[in-house]
This record gives sequence, structure tokens and C-alpha cells, in this order.
Amino acid sequence: MAVSGALLVLFLFAHAAGNLKIFVGLSDFDHYAEWLRGLGTPLLPHAWFLWIQRVGLLVAIGLHIWAATALTIRARKARPVKYAHRPKIQGSYAARTMRWGGVIIVLFVIYHILDLTTGHLNPEGGDSDPSARVVADFAPERWYVTLFYVVSVVAVGFHLRHGIWSAFRTLGQQTTKGERRAQAIALVLSVVLVAMYLSVPFAVLTGLVD
Amino acid sequence: MDIKVRVWRQAGPSAAGKMVTYDVKGISPDASFLEMIDVLNETLILNGDDPIAFDHDCREGICGMCSMVINGVAHGPEKATTTCQLHMRKFKDGDVIDVEPWRAAAFPVIKDLVVDRTPLDKIIQAGGYITAPTGTAPDAHATPVPKKDADAAFEAATCIGCGACVAACPNGSSMLFTAAKIAHLGLMPQGQPERDSRVIDMLQAQDDAGFGGCTNAGECTTVCPKGIPMSLIGRLNSDYRKAISKR
Repeated sequence: MAVSGALLVLFLFAHAAGNLKIFVGLSDFDHYAEWLRGLGTPLLPHAWFLWIQRVGLLVAIGLHIWAATALTIRARKARPVKYAHRPKIQGSYAARTMRWGGVIIVLFVIYHILDLTTGHLNPEGGDSDPSARVVADFAPERWYVTLFYVVSVVAVGFHLRHGIWSAFRTLGQQTTKGERRAQAIALVLSVVLVAMYLSVPFAVLTGLVD
Repeated sequence: MDIKVRVWRQAGPSAAGKMVTYDVKGISPDASFLEMIDVLNETLILNGDDPIAFDHDCREGICGMCSMVINGVAHGPEKATTTCQLHMRKFKDGDVIDVEPWRAAAFPVIKDLVVDRTPLDKIIQAGGYITAPTGTAPDAHATPVPKKDADAAFEAATCIGCGACVAACPNGSSMLFTAAKIAHLGLMPQGQPERDSRVIDMLQAQDDAGFGGCTNAGECTTVCPKGIPMSLIGRLNSDYRKAISKR
């Protein structure tokens, strides 16, 4: 859970940093997308490095979901009879929503790839420039797409709020001072990541990027 | 105080159980929660009914026998307090209080509020011991222990093995219990020889007993009557990582 999750967090930050290229200019954003596919050439054929990364990510996602499913099945088996009275007073909201939050994130990732990577669900289609797809996606009349995007990104934020801290603990963090530090790191990284991702649809909606 | 209690009644391990409501009248606010159940049981016995079975022993908060989930919280609303040390003044006149047993597959209900906590003993048997020569007691200063380590080990050793961590855990995991035992022995020089095998064997026993896995949700430490810190689970994870890397 911790190791596969850490790999996915690294990817999320690299992806978010790439997104911010759109603030430099739409054509710069397209050049960035082209550059990504050219990474590793001429050592590797065109887009091979990207595919190696994609396979690595899929393995990490697979392991992460497998571990989460195993934990969920064990949890169900470990408490066959539920409590009649069970208030939700303890634990954090982030910790409570890890499982359903994870399901929302998976559904979003599938939609996100069909929308912005392959272009199947995008009004501009798959042959368009990446920047045109982004601008068309978050147009004000497609507010429901933006809303789904915002909800999913916030879900990622909550997931990481508990996930990053929990990863530190799983890997052996054990002092009280370190616990406060790990909690703070998890909170700051989650908030920064959510802000990075939400800045793009916000910029398109307000006409900052056009 | 006049209150109502809704208690889980189950005649035996394989019988079906249900929540039954009882009126309890004229309870002193200074009575402990268990004394309130005692008063209710006297009424039940006078009426020819079966009294409510519940675990209790020292009633001083140190034996770890009492085990009631009160209004959904293991050991009730008072922090760092066992059920026997919880007083009725923490409730209001006219309250309806729900009382349930620990709920876990590893803790089958024997009767009413009594559950079988043998799996915690199995975890201890798997590695909760040290190897020491028998015979005359060693000199107290034969093996010096730094004060810091002694205090930390003592904090972990205050775990009374009541199982509230399991009852509260959304995953039904006993990780806080196991972590406390591993820290209490692993912090001492006497606990070093078995340190690696201890963590592997105790976790294996925990998995075999049907407890769930830890997801660091943190419910355990909030209900722990001894306030065992969750950071000990990090220590267990660290010990486990080092132990398996040596195998």
C-alpha cells in the first residue's frame, strides 16, 4: 500500500507540474505533450519511454488496488456482526473515506484518460491539440465536467491527506514529533496538489487561459 | 437517575441475539456503570429473568476484563477509562444507553456481553515472552536499562489486553495490542534475543486468529483505556521490516 502509493504520489506531482505549463501558453503546453512522447529518444523509439512509465504506473495501481481489496475483504470478515449503535465521532474524515474515495478516483481516472488522453469523450476529438482539448473540456457550458473534475481532485486530496501520513507510519515512523511532522507533510502536500490541479479548470473558466 | 438501557441479549454462542430495552430507576450518579448493571440484574433476578452476563473482575481499571461498547464507543464516553471506572454522572437523567459486546470475528460472543478473548492470548503465546535463566532472582542492577527506555517500555506495558482496540477498529484489527506487547519487550535489553522472531510470529498469530489488517485509522488509540499511543504501530512496522529483511 505504502510503496505503490508513494510511486503514484510522485506521478501525481509530475503530472500536476506538467499541467501548469498551460499558464506559459497554449502552444508551450502542446510542445510539452510532444516532448513527453519524445523522452528517451534516440536511445528508445518514439513514445517508448512514455509507455514504460505507463506500464510502471499500471503495475503500481494494480498492486495498490489489490492491497486495498485484500484489506477490505479482511475487514469485512473480521467483523461479521455490525454494531447497532456506531457514531462517527472518532478518526478523521479522510481516514473514513479511503475506500469509497479510492473507487471515485478509479472511475475518474478511466474517464480522464478517455477524455483528455485518447479524446474519445472530448468535444474536440482525439486528433486535436492537447491544449484545445483542455480548453473545450472546462468550457462554462460543460460545467458538469468541471464539477466532476473538482470533486475527483478533492477526493484525491482527502485520499492523500490520510494516505501519505499512513505510508510514513507503515514504513516505520514511530516518534511523536515525527508523527506531527508526517501529518503536516501529508496536509501540505495534499493541499498544494489539489491547488495545482484545480488551477487549470479555474483558469479556463475565468478566461485566464484561452 | 432514571435511565433506559438497550442491551445485547444472546443466550449462547450459537443463539440469535437482539437488543432488549430495560428501565433502570433510582440509580445514584456516583454508581459505576457496572454497578448500574448489577442493580438491573438484581431486578431481573427478582422477576425470575436471566441476569445480563458481563465480564468484570478488579473494578479498579487494571485487569482488562470489562468489555462493553457503550453508545458505540468501547468502554463508553470517558477518555482513557475502563467501563468499571465510568460513572453514571457522565450520563443524563432520562438517557437511553446502548450496550453491546465487543464485535469481532475473533471474539465470538459466549453470552450477552461476554466474548471469548482467547485469540489475544494466542498472540502472546506466539512471541510475547523472553528467554531468561530460572533460579535466584538476578540483581536489580545486573542489566542496566536507560531511564528513557524503561519509561517507554512501561508506557507500552500498561496495556491491559482488554481488546477495546479491536472493538473500535473499523477493520477489526488487534494491531495496537500486538504493537504494545512488541514495544514493551523490544525496548528492554532482555527482549532483544527474540526481537525478530517475536514480531513475525505475533503478526502471524494475529492473522491466523482472524483479526483484520491495520489501515492507521486511529480509532484504537482514542478508545484505549490506557492511552497506548498509535506510534507503537510504527515501531512494530519498523521491527517487522528489519526482521523480514534479515530472513
